[in-house]
Amino acid sequence: MKKTAFKLVLLSAVAIAAASASFAAEKLKVGFVYVGPVGDFGYSYQHDQGRIAMQKALGDKVETTFLENVPETDSERSIEQLARSGHKLIFTTSFGFMEPTLRVAKKFPGVKFEHATGYKRAGNVSTYTAKFHEGRYVIGQIAGKMTKTNTLGYVASFPIPEVVAGINAFILGAQSVNPDVKVKIVWANTWFDPGKEADAAKALLAQGADIITQHTDSAAPLQEAEKAGKFGFGQASDQARFAPKAQLTAIVDNWSTYYIERTKAVLDGTWKSTDTFGGMDADMVHLAPFANMPDDVKKMAEETAAAIKAKKLNPFKCPILDQDGKAVECKDGKALSDAQITSMNWYVKGVDDKLPK
Amino acid sequence: MRIDLEPRPARTLALDIGAPIVALVAAIIFGGIVIWLLGKSPTLAFEVYFINPLLEGWSLQELAVKACPLVLIAVGLSFCYRANLWNIGAEGQFITGGLLGGWLGILTHNEAYQGLIGGWWILPSMLVLGAIGGALYALIPALLRVWLGASEILTSLMLVYVAELGLDWLVRGPFKDPEGFNFPQSVVFDDIARLPFLAEGERLHAGVLLALIAALIAAFVFARSLFGFEVRLIGEAPRAARFAGFDDRKLTLTVFVISGALAGLAGICEVAGQIGQLTPKISPGYGFTAIIVAFLGRLSPVGILVAALVLALTYIGGEAAQVELSLPSDMTRAFQGILLMCVLVADIATRYRIRLRLGAAA
Amino acid sequence: MTSEMFQLILMTVVTAATPLILAAIGELVTERAGVLNLGVEGMMIMGAALGFAGAYASGSTTIGALCGIVAGTLMAALFGLLTIGLAINQVASGLALTIFGLGLSGLLGTGFVGLKRDAAPQLHIQGLSDLPYMGELVFGEDPFVYAAILLVAGTAWFLSRTRAGLALRATGDNHQSAHALGLPVRRTRFLATLFGGACAGLAGAYLTLAYTPFWSPGMTAGRGWIALALVVFASWRPWRIVLGALLFGGATVLQLHAQAASFGLPGQLLSAAPYLATIVALLFLSSGARRNAAAPAALGQPFIAPR
Repeated sequence: MKKTAFKLVLLSAVAIAAASASFAAEKLKVGFVYVGPVGDFGYSYQHDQGRIAMQKALGDKVETTFLENVPETDSERSIEQLARSGHKLIFTTSFGFMEPTLRVAKKFPGVKFEHATGYKRAGNVSTYTAKFHEGRYVIGQIAGKMTKTNTLGYVASFPIPEVVAGINAFILGAQSVNPDVKVKIVWANTWFDPGKEADAAKALLAQGADIITQHTDSAAPLQEAEKAGKFGFGQASDQARFAPKAQLTAIVDNWSTYYIERTKAVLDGTWKSTDTFGGMDADMVHLAPFANMPDDVKKMAEETAAAIKAKKLNPFKCPILDQDGKAVECKDGKALSDAQITSMNWYVKGVDDKLPK
Repeated sequence: MRIDLEPRPARTLALDIGAPIVALVAAIIFGGIVIWLLGKSPTLAFEVYFINPLLEGWSLQELAVKACPLVLIAVGLSFCYRANLWNIGAEGQFITGGLLGGWLGILTHNEAYQGLIGGWWILPSMLVLGAIGGALYALIPALLRVWLGASEILTSLMLVYVAELGLDWLVRGPFKDPEGFNFPQSVVFDDIARLPFLAEGERLHAGVLLALIAALIAAFVFARSLFGFEVRLIGEAPRAARFAGFDDRKLTLTVFVISGALAGLAGICEVAGQIGQLTPKISPGYGFTAIIVAFLGRLSPVGILVAALVLALTYIGGEAAQVELSLPSDMTRAFQGILLMCVLVADIATRYRIRLRLGAAA
Repeated sequence: MTSEMFQLILMTVVTAATPLILAAIGELVTERAGVLNLGVEGMMIMGAALGFAGAYASGSTTIGALCGIVAGTLMAALFGLLTIGLAINQVASGLALTIFGLGLSGLLGTGFVGLKRDAAPQLHIQGLSDLPYMGELVFGEDPFVYAAILLVAGTAWFLSRTRAGLALRATGDNHQSAHALGLPVRRTRFLATLFGGACAGLAGAYLTLAYTPFWSPGMTAGRGWIALALVVFASWRPWRIVLGALLFGGATVLQLHAQAASFGLPGQLLSAAPYLATIVALLFLSSGARRNAAAPAALGQPFIAPR
């Protein structure tokens, strides 16, 4: 078998030399690395929507490529492959790509890298993430208003800071309109397994939850809510088509604006390593149309969303009590800092769950 | 219609070389049709998938890096499979090996525990711990089989999921980097706790050498040692083996320990080699892929080396095809399946003459 | 616990167990004939993709289920061609089949991502389905659940009571003597493999037509592997498949309920419960029993007709 390969190599070496003659690279090549399939209709799908929008907006100035289903610990080669094939800007869109991205960036100083949800930067590595908790606060309020059983169900994936902050913001939102509300949390320990997510939602529904929230990627929990005649929220993308009667709204990850802006910066030569933590004001977190709710709830949700957008309302405004009822340290006295939010590993008061330490 | 197989009297060199070429051509024709239907150039796809990765220094290194864990695990599995024992939990043994070895990497972070004697002992100890971690985890299904007669197929597979969840819990809890903003990952190991790279600034790590050594030793054991003979005899003729006085319980435990140790070693090589820290997932399914590698290599260490490189090529070529031709990853995966099947057919064709008889009943 | 909640939990257990039962009963027949097909996951995901596609295009759940069955059967035919026709190693072929199925299903399913249809309707018998505690559980399931039970009953009857079933088992236990007795070893094995594929395809279709009624790549999420383990768990006996699947599904669902009720245990530990429970149950079942006695003796060995 080895011999075969060798022969083939020799035979075709000439042909390749001719075929792979470089054609003038005028377009900026932009690469994307996704952890899931673009068909997940959730996290990776939304990143790909951002890529498509960017390609559309910048037209023939750019050429985009993506690698999907890239396992995080085996991603260094994939990222390097993009860098070697002439991509000058590379977005790595999952936390686990952090160390590999930095290592490849060190080898390719001329290539710009953008790593989503991480915290390590370099001269040619930026980081970016979105304040999803802002959206979670709004849906928490809606849930608090809509529940009849005062029990909200939450299908969670893994206890990383983003998910924990989401749970806290959701509960703070719900408590702000309904002090009696309880939240039940189920960790599915997966980002994507429709069957298991559905089972988790069923368990929550059976235990009296009448609003289902999820921080896993498929639309299965939302569909379960619809089947049971209850309500829920879409995750990452607008999932109304899966559950037109149950989706109250959805937290949509909107990366288009950011991808356009950053690619433009490379084209203009103004790209710098930055750390972006954009929220509803930057439209990085976007809420799908409010539906299936009475007008007064809708009005409240719209007002809250507008207030957050205008930076008049901060979901993590102080004082905030932790699970034991102790006030959380608040540096400027007004609200938790970004650093506190992006490394959150504690629950606020009223959460009936324990975090793994 | 029926298919008849007639054993070939002798293997010929022409067949041994010709069959893989035919397999390759067949796979390319199947794949080429699909690629052509998708509106891409089949010739360019061929070049990107099979040729380019073999021409560049960096991708040749990547082939070796990717093949390394597959070789280590598959060589270990070949001991089990030769003895007709079905360890399909190498993925779990890989994880526990990486975990136990990685634990030392975490403990010794920032030159802790190095003091007067320096850090020379850390890496070797990590490798040993990795092998021990894998071996101990493999002992569970082996002991359950020997003591209670529980099927190792089920226990070893179920233990994979348990190991995955255990790693997940540790990396989010006790093993978490205290300065890591509560993200699920350990500290990055000190350089002294990393496998050395064979060239400056490159990715080819010393684990590749360990894989080669393991394959060579296994080849020697199978060909020359009494133990190798015993393993094969128990697998092929268990009754004869018992008459010959071989202790099949002891042998069961031994092959599981060997297999687990090599899977664990693969785990720690991956953790201390290319990853450099513990993360919630340390394997993209190497433990399962290695099962194909083992059988594709006909359970012989040399065959396994070749098979692992073929598999590695399909991964790297597949990625290149995604980048250069914007093929979906599912396309490259389906093609990987087709290619493997064609290789398997070619393999059988070197040993049997395949005759189609139309109109005959089976 | 109210009667309604009790019933809801049990029904969730049944839905979680059904795809496992379907896939495992097919694999059981395949293995009883002496063929080890590790490609269950690949056949299942093809059934899921094409089952959804067929149902979406035709608007009929039945046609969808049939498409799923056909998809699984075709995959099994490919496997049979390789392993029975050409006597290629079954383990390697099965794993290759899984890789192929995962990829091909993703390709074929591309156009169906993001679409939804209503879940398969559940049975409703006036009076009976409304009985407290057990009414809906027994009389209010979707058709796949009843199909699964019928398949298990039929398989149990076929294997133990019919001549053909006896011939199939003989083929799996010793293909040389089966051949000497004039039994068509390869044909029997091929048919058993096709049956396994059909069941796996139906199990996949269950996922996209009833369990979570949409298609998404990779959505089988390892259920094919669990089904394979359940065949071993069941010691190749049909009714024990049901027991194993209910145990596994039950542990999966109950750990989610335990979390919702906040017992304060780490989620990972609870998530590991189904796997550990299966091992422990196997230990109880196999302790003292004859070692691996039930495994078909010729499992996994290729048959080449002597001449």
